[in-house]
Amino acid sequence: MLFGLLCLTFAIAHVVPGDPARLAAGPDANAAMVETIRAKYGLDRPLGVQFARYVRGLAAGDLGESLRSRNAVRDDLARYFPNTFELVTLALLLAVAVGIPLGMLSAVYKDTWVDHWARVASVSGVALPAFWLGLMLQLVIALYLGWLPLGGRLGLTATPPAPLTHLLFVDAVLRGEWRTFGDAVRHAVLPVVTLSLPALASIMRVNRAEMLETLQADYIKTARAQGFSGFRVVTRYALRNAMIPTLTMVGLRYGWMLGGTILVETVFDWPGIGLYAVNAAVSSDFQPIMGVTLLIGLNFMLVNLFVDLAYGWLDPRIRRPSVT
Amino acid sequence: MTARVLSAGWLQVGDRRELRRCARLFVRSASSLAGLAIVAAFLVLTAIGPWIVPYPEDARGAVHLERKLQPPSGAHWFGTDEVGNDVYTRVILGARVSLQIGLIVTVVAALIGVPLGIVAGYLGGTVGELIMRATDVFLSVPALILALAVVGALGPGIVNAMIALSLVWWPGYVRLVQGKTLALKQETYVEAARAVGTGRLRIVFVHILPNCVSPIVVKASMDMGMAILAAASLGFIGLGAQPPYPEWGAMISHGRNYLPTWWWYSAFPGLAIYLTVLGFNLLGDGLRDLLDPKSRSAS
Repeated sequence: MLFGLLCLTFAIAHVVPGDPARLAAGPDANAAMVETIRAKYGLDRPLGVQFARYVRGLAAGDLGESLRSRNAVRDDLARYFPNTFELVTLALLLAVAVGIPLGMLSAVYKDTWVDHWARVASVSGVALPAFWLGLMLQLVIALYLGWLPLGGRLGLTATPPAPLTHLLFVDAVLRGEWRTFGDAVRHAVLPVVTLSLPALASIMRVNRAEMLETLQADYIKTARAQGFSGFRVVTRYALRNAMIPTLTMVGLRYGWMLGGTILVETVFDWPGIGLYAVNAAVSSDFQPIMGVTLLIGLNFMLVNLFVDLAYGWLDPRIRRPSVT
Repeated sequence: MTARVLSAGWLQVGDRRELRRCARLFVRSASSLAGLAIVAAFLVLTAIGPWIVPYPEDARGAVHLERKLQPPSGAHWFGTDEVGNDVYTRVILGARVSLQIGLIVTVVAALIGVPLGIVAGYLGGTVGELIMRATDVFLSVPALILALAVVGALGPGIVNAMIALSLVWWPGYVRLVQGKTLALKQETYVEAARAVGTGRLRIVFVHILPNCVSPIVVKASMDMGMAILAAASLGFIGLGAQPPYPEWGAMISHGRNYLPTWWWYSAFPGLAIYLTVLGFNLLGDGLRDLLDPKSRSAS
């Protein structure tokens, strides 16, 4: 898979119509500069040689350099990725924490007003354009009501804690800088909610569908007949069995969120790799976009691996195939 | 003959009773009807848009500075933008752009994905394995990021945005059709057809493809909405349609600079995207309940 991902990013840069040397040289370069770049990066060599060189460079951590800042893309990604990681993780936690109980409630109270409203919310959540929702939340909550800040990670007066893990929330807690932590939380609310809504909606939907099916199963009826409390039956027996498809959706939605960050970070001026990629794309700065694509692809693969491992934890039949 | 009748999808059954049953089921679902109504309204607007909008020249980037940034009123239902263009006109005519993008992306993705899925599912072997691995690689990067990378390589613009989205949209169809083909391959009627010496192509076109139509139609309906949303997202970050093209995402992006005072500039195009995507999703949901009820919980 990793090899495939490398082939894909290489193909986009080298095979898609368009001249990689011109892309790397930037839109303002003249013919001589383009030729210099072509020779410098070996873009006049056969594709196979170029690919080997590309993979060797990546193995050494070389992702090229940004045309605008002249920084190594690797350093830029190291600076911006922790911000994206915090945003996506918080949004995913919110989506799971709200989506699963809502799906459960919706299934248990099927065809009541709880169910109807939860379903309307779930259908709307998927259809709402994240960037527009973000703007409208900014308009109402930040600009009209003034409850939360408009964007960024910290207010102008706040100073970020000295980096330990490079994760702002974690660093603020570890350094005991609670005022900064509070400020960071206030700045994170709107972007996290915006990013989590589509995921929350799909998680809720899948969980509802699975719960409805599971609640009809014979073992649930048996558990009820044995006099277990409704709450215990739903949470202990039904939910756990409904979790596998839900977990698949969580993994899938994590990928969507990584894609969605480019929009949410643009709206909320959140200094992550999404905003970095958009700024690069708008100014035809090609190397950062490839770096971000590769990093996000890797990240998504890792998450899918975790999801596969979690299947085993949830379902003993997967952990020990011989049981079946 | 029996095999052929059994293999035919519902569309080819031609049984009036079956069609009536489907229509009854569809009409009973409020959300499916709402989806159908929204999509129908959207299609009607794209067809008659240029004849019903009050200021058709505003879609081509006319400048009327004397009426710039006016709030919604009788003369301008959705207000005007920074050069005095009527936002209502641009939103209505933007529906054409969105329909065009959605159709092209969905059709191209299906044209690439369906044959590959059938080949991977029916032939299997090394070719099938290669197709599925390539599909997995494409699916390992979120579509929007991949589209951003392709547009980054090709340069911004609506045509490039459509090319980029079509290039990243097909893997879903390969997965869907490959899975379905694998299952159908085991069906008795396909085995029977093979046993009586029917050719591969005939089996694919007569027995397998018609049975894949329902899930493809359902997916295409959902994808129309999602492709419109993705194209608007590219427009919003400045890589899709360029001004003065009346594209909803680009309009929101420009309107963003005029918040909060001139809120209508970005509010109405966003509402249009929301309603359109909602319509296609609800319709897709309704169609799935009718055509492919077994897959309901799987998606």
